[in-house]
Amino acid sequence: MATLTTHPDCVPLVSYRFGKGATNIDKYLELDGYKSARKAMELGPDAIIAEMKTSNLRGRGGAGFPTGMKWSFVPKQSAKPKYVLVNGDESEPGTCKDRLIFEHDPHAVIEGVIIAALAIQAKMGFIYLRGEYRYLIEIMEKAVADAYARGFLGKKIFGSDFDLDVVVQTGAGAYEVGEESALMESLEGKRGIPRIRPPFPAVVGLYGGPTIINNAETIATVPHIFRIGAAEYAKLGTERNGGTRLFCLSGHLVRPGVYELPMGYNLKKMIYEVGGGIPNGKKLKAVVPGGSSTPVLTADEIDIGMDFDQVGKAGSMLGSGGVVVLDETVCMVEFALRTMKFYQHESCGWCIPCREGTDWLKKSLTRLHAGGGVDKDIDNIRYLAENMLGRTFCPLGDAAAMPTIAFVKKFRKEFEDHLEGRGCPKHRAAEPEPALV
Amino acid sequence: MASPAQPGTIFSPALAARFDRLVTLYPVRRSALVPMLLYAQDEIGYVSDAVVAEVAARIGITELDVRNVVSYYSLLKTRPAGKYHVQVCTNISCMLRGGNEILDHCKKKLGIPNKGVTPDGVFSLEEVECIGACSWAPAAQVNYAFHENLTPESMDQVLSDYRAKAPNGEGK
Repeated sequence: MATLTTHPDCVPLVSYRFGKGATNIDKYLELDGYKSARKAMELGPDAIIAEMKTSNLRGRGGAGFPTGMKWSFVPKQSAKPKYVLVNGDESEPGTCKDRLIFEHDPHAVIEGVIIAALAIQAKMGFIYLRGEYRYLIEIMEKAVADAYARGFLGKKIFGSDFDLDVVVQTGAGAYEVGEESALMESLEGKRGIPRIRPPFPAVVGLYGGPTIINNAETIATVPHIFRIGAAEYAKLGTERNGGTRLFCLSGHLVRPGVYELPMGYNLKKMIYEVGGGIPNGKKLKAVVPGGSSTPVLTADEIDIGMDFDQVGKAGSMLGSGGVVVLDETVCMVEFALRTMKFYQHESCGWCIPCREGTDWLKKSLTRLHAGGGVDKDIDNIRYLAENMLGRTFCPLGDAAAMPTIAFVKKFRKEFEDHLEGRGCPKHRAAEPEPALV
Repeated sequence: MASPAQPGTIFSPALAARFDRLVTLYPVRRSALVPMLLYAQDEIGYVSDAVVAEVAARIGITELDVRNVVSYYSLLKTRPAGKYHVQVCTNISCMLRGGNEILDHCKKKLGIPNKGVTPDGVFSLEEVECIGACSWAPAAQVNYAFHENLTPESMDQVLSDYRAKAPNGEGK
């Protein structure tokens, strides 16, 4: 079972009910549960969206788009039904925060869906979890059934005139489905192939209707914003980056774990104080600040605040909150190769620059790592990656290219060291495999 | 095409009843496809030809439509895995903390390569991508159960606990 780790600097807001038995609906109600939904019901759509804008909450999936603004794009009048969609397909390597939310506070997700549905006047919501999270799907389904039994979901919720149905949906293993349009395809019972945008989901989304799609942490944060007040929430973070976020510290740390810290918290402090520093007296080499798709930072680039704008200014992205820490023993070519192996495996194959690009990058990096590389390979890797940027329907191509460019740019010397005859002793040769699928 | 109750269903009464309800939850029946395939696999062991045929009939789409979707999702298998499917993560966070060593250890211990099945059908092994256990790495899933902060020794314990649960002579 996944548990939260704490440190004196942590601010328990989204994690306010973690470890307190809030999967039980009575316990949830005791801990201020469903008060925010009732409050939102009194406020009405325009005031809900205004509050969301005041909160400065930005999407926790990775892109950091302002949530209030996203909600405001949904047209008021629509011939087709509107939908609220929760993205709990958490699959970005380095990220394990949504698991905690579903496990410890499933009703916060439901309450967030209710508030979002009130804001855009949607009558149906979906909570999509990755198939691997089977025990969490069971927790979520029980929570939804309990909410129906209390009249918080279904017909005339909370005794009002508002109807809302919520369905918990399982995926079946696909990173690509974490991308919003691919997720909608999957929910329509199809292969998770991305859709071209525009039109954006707010206008043409699930089943062709206007759709709000938010990350699970984003949605679970919404009731807390109405619980403490949007202005109070905004104040916890930095300018244009409201609140707190669940940071997943992993890799070479004394105390890896998921911690809830204010937006803008210093990365260096996060590694050395919250995470307890690098074990075994080793030195820090690099940090992947927001999941595997974000460009790597070197050890001397980490004195920055962890919010979308500051990490962006440092040439990377805050991403999904997955902070992966690498000590001096890590071979950067091996790390780049493992990252690319993932994207090559997960590319859905729809857009040629991504399908071919990830495959060739994996081949080039494999050869380089095995010691068979040639001079031209290093520039070719960078050239290939740069030509994938912005040339695909969805950001998977960018997600594969961006970290690769950064690895080559910032650790070129290590790539050069691998050239002809100087392969890495750590290289794992591929072995023949039977086909299980 | 879309017939709700199948007289000759291959699924247990409980699962068949669940599927009858599942197709009614969505604006379109086809939205039930991915969950239906996964839950069918959980019961039957893999997505067999019979599963494909019945799921297609329940939803009212062609078997080809179903196979197109099956081939996309990595959890869906068209051949039987072991009773206990050991999935070891070697993605970045796990790799940094010994995920490859756990995988190698499992290969040695079970005597099978990646994606292999033991001759008695009790175990199968697969190297998988991130399973969302990064802060508790290295990690593995056996079927749907998470096993975290693994060492070769604790992995041994995990495997022998499952071995003990499998009845004697159990196989596929």
